[in-house]
Amino acid sequence: METLNIFVKGIFIENMIFAYFLGMCSFLAVSKKVKTGIGLGAAVVFVLGITVPINYLLENYVLKEGALAWMGAEYATVDLSFLSFIMFIAVIASIVQLVEMIVEKFAPALYGALGIFLPLIAVNCSILGGALFMQERQYTSVWDATSFGVGSGIGWFLAIVAIAAIRERIKYSHVPAPLRGLGITFIITGLMGIAFMSFMGINI
Amino acid sequence: MSTEVKTAEPKESLFSKKNKKLVTDPLSDNNPITIQVLGICSALAITVQVQQAVIMSLAVTFVTFGGNVVISLIRNIIPSRIRIIVQLVIVASLVIIVNEILKAYLPDISEKLSVFVGLIITNCIIMGRLEAFALGNKPWPSFLDGLGNGLGYSWILVVVAVIREILGSGAISFPGIGQIKFLSPEFMASTGYMNNNFIILPPMALVIVGVIIWIQRTRNKSLIESH
Repeated sequence: METLNIFVKGIFIENMIFAYFLGMCSFLAVSKKVKTGIGLGAAVVFVLGITVPINYLLENYVLKEGALAWMGAEYATVDLSFLSFIMFIAVIASIVQLVEMIVEKFAPALYGALGIFLPLIAVNCSILGGALFMQERQYTSVWDATSFGVGSGIGWFLAIVAIAAIRERIKYSHVPAPLRGLGITFIITGLMGIAFMSFMGINI
Repeated sequence: MSTEVKTAEPKESLFSKKNKKLVTDPLSDNNPITIQVLGICSALAITVQVQQAVIMSLAVTFVTFGGNVVISLIRNIIPSRIRIIVQLVIVASLVIIVNEILKAYLPDISEKLSVFVGLIITNCIIMGRLEAFALGNKPWPSFLDGLGNGLGYSWILVVVAVIREILGSGAISFPGIGQIKFLSPEFMASTGYMNNNFIILPPMALVIVGVIIWIQRTRNKSLIESH
């Protein structure tokens, strides 16, 4: 039940875009069309779902204070947590590269859809943000971490598809000239964030 | 720094017009947040209080020019195929330094900034400047470019934080001094105004930045986007 709760929380309540503004750069740059929005969103779900559990294992069996105890008693006091930034980003960059190669080899159709977005994702804040939130919130099992990763990925996906659909329509309306493009997108995102806050307090 | 300058700029003076422009441009017409749309990721969530915003700005400015200078110094020996990884590693090391300093000297602010210090690594301003400027320029101009962009990011952040803190908490805070409540709740209540908790909510930061963009583009028509 807790796992499901974390999943729903990641989608609606602790939405990466509306509550923490993570991945805003690509969110604003790639949300002009619904089709590209879906592509990038799917890639984010995919990469978050893979990297969060891997970083979870790394955190709990290598980096955390006392995490190296499985190697022997003399390692029980080693604390490598200051290395976590560099480890997480290295894992993310290499996993993205690896996923790109695997997808290209075994699922060319999927690669056609996600291909150009995968390299963008290594520097998407939401991916590293997922890893860092996982570290901060100290989930108790790898399943919780996975459901958090997939859940917040889906939340990000929903957000980018919604804003892309709105931006497609807003082309035809009379926005004040200085507000056109970026300005109105910011304000709409803000209003959507307020709407998303009504999900607060949902518990399964 | 002096050795760099000697090798980097033999003819041009240290503060030539071109170099000055590198610093001043990102402050207004080429602002990283409102024009280039970079670095919003970690910017908005920490603008609830001015002190957090100031510390965050200092951290980002340091990492921006630090990364720019380091990458610029080794730009000729980085193989272009793995340059993203090299950049990430350098930026991550700088951020680790910042994080350790914050944890040691400002533990309470470090606690509040939580994951957002780590997220400086993937802050698009830094990667963007490294890719667009440091890889093709000498260390001194890169330093100025990094400084300018860091400051351009900083002033937006601080302005948003000032608006949010005054309207939301009736107070203003500085690093080292703490929060000063110059509008006491009693005074506010007697005028019929209550603290606007709404403005502390995360989405309002976006609206405020939207309004700043609006003002900026009204003053400078050439920045208006066409559909």
